[in-house]
Amino acid sequence: MSSEPAPVYEPSIAPPAPSPTRRPDGSRKGEIRIENVVKVYGSQTAGIRAVDNCSFDVPAGKITVVVGPSGCGKTTLLNAIAGFHSITSGTICLDDQVLCGPARPKANPGPDRIVVFQNGALFPWKTIIENVAFGPMVQGLLSRKQAYAKARTMLAEAGLRDLESNYPGEISSGMRRRVEIARALMNDPKVLLLDEPYRALDSLTKSVMHEALLETFDRNQVTVFFITHDLEEAIFLGHRVVIMTTRPCRPKKILNVDIPHPRDYSVLTAKRFREYLDETVEAVHEEALKAFAAGERER
Amino acid sequence: MIWGEPEIGGAAHDNCNGNDGRVLPGSGAHGVNELGPGYAAAAANVAVTDAASVTDKAETASRFEIAAYRLAQWLRSPRPYLMLLGFAIFLGFWYLTVEVWKLPRFVQMPGPTAVITEWLSPDPIYGLSIYSPEYYQHIWVSWRRVLIAFVLATLAGVPLGLFLGWSQLFKEYVFPVFELLRPIPPLAWVPLAIIMFQGSETPIIFLTFLASFYATTLNTMLGVESIDVSFVRAAYCLGAKRRQVFWHVVVPGAMPFIFTGLQISVGVAWFSLVAGEMVSGQYGLGYLINTSYTMVQYPTMVIGMFTLGVVGYVTSAGVRLLGDYIMQWRARELAMGGNQ
Repeated sequence: MSSEPAPVYEPSIAPPAPSPTRRPDGSRKGEIRIENVVKVYGSQTAGIRAVDNCSFDVPAGKITVVVGPSGCGKTTLLNAIAGFHSITSGTICLDDQVLCGPARPKANPGPDRIVVFQNGALFPWKTIIENVAFGPMVQGLLSRKQAYAKARTMLAEAGLRDLESNYPGEISSGMRRRVEIARALMNDPKVLLLDEPYRALDSLTKSVMHEALLETFDRNQVTVFFITHDLEEAIFLGHRVVIMTTRPCRPKKILNVDIPHPRDYSVLTAKRFREYLDETVEAVHEEALKAFAAGERER
Repeated sequence: MIWGEPEIGGAAHDNCNGNDGRVLPGSGAHGVNELGPGYAAAAANVAVTDAASVTDKAETASRFEIAAYRLAQWLRSPRPYLMLLGFAIFLGFWYLTVEVWKLPRFVQMPGPTAVITEWLSPDPIYGLSIYSPEYYQHIWVSWRRVLIAFVLATLAGVPLGLFLGWSQLFKEYVFPVFELLRPIPPLAWVPLAIIMFQGSETPIIFLTFLASFYATTLNTMLGVESIDVSFVRAAYCLGAKRRQVFWHVVVPGAMPFIFTGLQISVGVAWFSLVAGEMVSGQYGLGYLINTSYTMVQYPTMVIGMFTLGVVGYVTSAGVRLLGDYIMQWRARELAMGGNQ
């Protein structure tokens, strides 16, 4: 391999158009509609009602952040969208196509909706490049050579050029999150589902990760569904912030954050930002108190 | 705290000298000096994956240097001396109880001097020492039986364990039977094994296989069950089919447990081998121990025992090394201090 020049990745399907949501037909759009979703664990009557009559939209090509007390059922919702769990009733649609609903309570997981997990799920037994190239290769879309070439491009874009032969256990946790996002974007997903991905990171790393995520977003304009319980994070990242009630979970307040993208850390001190924050703090605090009284614990 | 552990410094992401993963000849040595062997090993391995042609030489050189560095580190640490001290205490205790104090319980027992002189003697009193070809024949026969049984147990146990962990339905059928058979000790199988198989070789291999098989299967199953569900979910998210999840996630994810199981399995193989050899067979270390006992050749008996210890240790270490070789990712992760 050393003698021949590195293969250049050529997009095999359609060249990504620069528009925020694309189509027609550089496809991808990624609007999620959640309608009257109910999720009960255990029996209908005596079980735990995790999500109750929850309805809201996740606009295409925007970052929607879901905030709520720990254990309120945010992750349940995300798992339903991703297709890891069934829902009890209601409907979840992705671009007018029913993911799960009365006829089919559990969606099929697939590369149009990719999850970035709370504790990270890079395969520790694969090198970084093997991880990133995994999606298109198992789907049979690209050959190994093409997939690796594309993966190198993705990694380079994310500033992770020199890591490809390392194993995930050898790099920092912040790096791992970025690799995981690159691995997701390799598949050109419609939606990126992030489940408190930065929870375990220290605040300095977190701030770096936020900027990296926004930068990635500005480059890809992919729909992002982001779960957190950190309010500053929510407002800093989100176009739309959905504040959830404590269990059973349903939207208490939906806030459209009117701060233009691209954002950077100077936003944090802006007056508008503080106003948004004040507005949400009150709503969340109320729910947090309820959750505390109900004895919710960190999971 | 483990002494003499190589120090690893520097950032992990500078491993390659270029983004094509190539390492220039001689850069391995550089790595050893600056960053410690684990780090250099990682760099050397980086080299292997992509640009084999350039780096064969560099790799051998750096591997040798890493080994030398590790040895030097080890000798500089207190570990080898503590180990020797441990052996000295053990031998001293044996010597005192048997040859000096002559405690009543130890009257029949051969002392260390008797055993060691016999073991190393070109002209042994009871006819068996490191100079007699028969000694190696015993070792070879036992070793061969263990090897066959271990390979069979691995070939049967790993797939069975993988399916037990992977498919709930399969587990419902098979696991209760498995759990019922597992507590039956190999010795209890002896009569049935003799009836079932002809000759003396197959029953022994069967008995050796049994214990090994249970350990491998059970550990493999636990390995599959221990895999973080996020990995499986991530694979499905990325578009993998069930079969691909099995090969890309379940098999490698269970690998650390499988190798733990194999180490246990090779250990218990020696256990039940000796049980089998004591009952039937014409050669082998178990047979040697048993006949030396009936013929009152006690030093030979103890030689057989220690030989079992040494051979058992070597096989177990072999399995561990194989595991480290196959699971580079794990070795490298541990070298980074289990970075999590």
